[in-house]
Amino acid sequence: MIAELGLGLLWLAAGLAIIQSVLGMFGLWQTNRPDLGNAVRPVAVAQAVLIGMAFCCLIYLFIVSDMSVKLVAANSHSDKPMLYKVSGAWGNHEGSMLLWVAVLAMAGGGIALAERRVRRDTLIATLMAQGLLALGFYAFLLFSSNPFERLNPAPQDGQGLNPLLQDPGLAFHPPTLYFGYVGMSVAFSFAVGALITRDVGPAFARAMRPWVLGAWVMLTLGITAGSYWAYYELGWGGWWFWDPVENASLMPWLAATALLHSVTVLATRDALRAWTVMLSVVAFSMSMVGTFLVRSGVLTSVHAFAVDPQRGTFLLALMLIYIGGALALFALRVGTVREGAVFEPVSREAALVLNNLFLTVILGVVLIGTLYPIVAQGFGQQVSIGPPYFNPAAGSVALMLVVVMAAGPLMRWRSDSASKVLRRLAIPVAIGIVSLLVVRLLAPDMGVLPWLGLSTALLAGTGSIAPLWKRNLLQTPLFTWGMVVAHLGIAVALAGMAVDSAFYKERLVAVSEGETTEVGPFSVKLVSVEPVIGPNWTAIEATMEARRGDGRPFTLHPQARNYSTPPTDTSEAAITTHLDGQLYAVLGKQGKDGRWQLRLWWKPLVTFIWLGGFMIALGGLLALVGRVWRERRGARSAELAA
Amino acid sequence: MRKVLLWLPLALFGLLLGVMGHGILHPEQTTIPSKLVGTKVPQFELPAAVPSHPALTSRDLASGKPVLLNIFASWCLPCIAEAPVLEELKAKGVTIHAIAIRDKPEDVARFLTEHGDPYANIGSDVSSRVQISFGSSGVPESFVINGKGIIRHQHIGDIQAQDIPKILKALEEAR
Repeated sequence: MIAELGLGLLWLAAGLAIIQSVLGMFGLWQTNRPDLGNAVRPVAVAQAVLIGMAFCCLIYLFIVSDMSVKLVAANSHSDKPMLYKVSGAWGNHEGSMLLWVAVLAMAGGGIALAERRVRRDTLIATLMAQGLLALGFYAFLLFSSNPFERLNPAPQDGQGLNPLLQDPGLAFHPPTLYFGYVGMSVAFSFAVGALITRDVGPAFARAMRPWVLGAWVMLTLGITAGSYWAYYELGWGGWWFWDPVENASLMPWLAATALLHSVTVLATRDALRAWTVMLSVVAFSMSMVGTFLVRSGVLTSVHAFAVDPQRGTFLLALMLIYIGGALALFALRVGTVREGAVFEPVSREAALVLNNLFLTVILGVVLIGTLYPIVAQGFGQQVSIGPPYFNPAAGSVALMLVVVMAAGPLMRWRSDSASKVLRRLAIPVAIGIVSLLVVRLLAPDMGVLPWLGLSTALLAGTGSIAPLWKRNLLQTPLFTWGMVVAHLGIAVALAGMAVDSAFYKERLVAVSEGETTEVGPFSVKLVSVEPVIGPNWTAIEATMEARRGDGRPFTLHPQARNYSTPPTDTSEAAITTHLDGQLYAVLGKQGKDGRWQLRLWWKPLVTFIWLGGFMIALGGLLALVGRVWRERRGARSAELAA
Repeated sequence: MRKVLLWLPLALFGLLLGVMGHGILHPEQTTIPSKLVGTKVPQFELPAAVPSHPALTSRDLASGKPVLLNIFASWCLPCIAEAPVLEELKAKGVTIHAIAIRDKPEDVARFLTEHGDPYANIGSDVSSRVQISFGSSGVPESFVINGKGIIRHQHIGDIQAQDIPKILKALEEAR
């Protein structure tokens, strides 16, 4: 019954999306009928409520393990812990698409309820675009991915969830990314709305900014959490593999980062109008390209998603309509958008333009590298593109970007003098140069990229705190703190990447019980290997005793797990975190001679990578709260003054 | 000029769509077949891997009737899984020659006693040179070769029980 209710709600919400876009169109066209446009807001709210309820229905079906629903039977199991039953609702294609459109509609409802900054007609146009966008995804759900489909006869029990996905971190990884993607769709709708009404200006930028910031925070968290998940769950000891699915989440992040900065220029200085609109379209299209790459299966990935070329075709058609339509609108309309304010070559704006340029280049590098295998195949070649391409190509541009990042906040808006900027930058630059020399002397064998990376990180680390110098810290606005924390986070993550890739130690050994081996500063003894039983898996578990020099010994328990439904082997790495890095152990197979294969890593400062990632997200959150708070206060004082 | 530039993003996006559409129409192959399928086997002469079996040369692969060439190693786990399936093929009358990769005679002998011995000739390819000349990138891998020494079919990975009809069909067609 609940499944039918959910499906009914889904159809109703789709109907409201049609009404929302049609009302919006007529509202914009027939300016003498304000009632049409006024009706768009309540319809958007109603659509959000209905689809929210439909999503709740799906979660309920997973909670009660209703195996007569195909999706539940395929992705859940009555023995599964409750958290994973709930997360099973979005741990699959249909459910995640429903989550996507639910968040999309709720964002639309939120705009309809709360947005008061942009012009009335721009808001109607934005909600119309939101409605059209949602409509495509409703069609996708209803015609090719119905989450509420029944199964007759119902099976005894479900087929479980991929055991790799039975992990608290991952329960929240996909929704985090989806919130980010949807936030980009809001920015996209605003851009389309502003293009339609030729209202590209600071008010539009200010309305769009919290959504971009929120989406960006979510994407940052999603990527950071996903990277850590791959690091400890896949047991390969790496934190980034340039896998198509990883790139799929990185590309929207790069575009969103560029957009975040250009929208600030537009909001503060009314410059970069066309470019900001362009970037919001690009950011959303990268979200869709990402979803396409993940769901269509055109590229081989370590992330084994259920893929379906037909769904890929559907997504491609949606992209053709939305992105193609938006770009055509851009080409037709942006010529009529007034030129924005001008600025000097040495100014905050110029630094931000440079930032946008570098980010766009990195985005292009990643996009080309990700899609090149498809192109090459068209010419009859089989290629696989990996770190040897991505690391130097994206890395070198990223280092230049980080240098600009350190300098930008120290420049004034509109125009500044080069000599003054250099004076403000003196200490960070000096630290950067000194570290270049010192690192080379201490570690002459270090690779070029890690060497430059570490020095750049030190330069950027000091540079990013510089905006706080000689300032009253209590009176510094929250969004300035946000910028400082986020920029510092970039430096911290970069330092982690550089140190880990230059100084990690890896051992692959076969040892018998009682034997001791060395990795980095640690000696590790294999004490015993015994079977253990978990709620829905069995495993062999090693007990290892590790100690650093003469320090206190500690134990590690890596496991080789075997899940029953579906039958899958996974390796649970044992990781101990130390102040200066992590010791990482993976238990392998037993050889014929009774010795166990062990893979051990000492990864210095590797935790800095994710610490940096969380700092970046925290910085974004501070900026978001700071901006919203200041605008609320500004609005109130404006009301008081009036 | 500016007017043309404004349409550039749309054009680039069209290109992107084209690439992705092409990707959908032509799904990526996950295995790379050897370029040598359909050509004559490379010339080689390998010493015997174990005293109990004769050595293997390219002439043995052009003996007038189709054979299965199995590239294996005693240190390879999937090869152990494959061994009973090869025995089954031998029981169905298939001649199986083998190349042992980077192996030692005593290890190969132990492998044959422990996991079964479906092989006629076994050559020892200590440096993987012959394996590479076959366009084979791993173990186990098998080739169906016709009586004239032309490679007709390549099977990457271990031959599993459900692959038997496919292999027999390839051998039949190579006749």
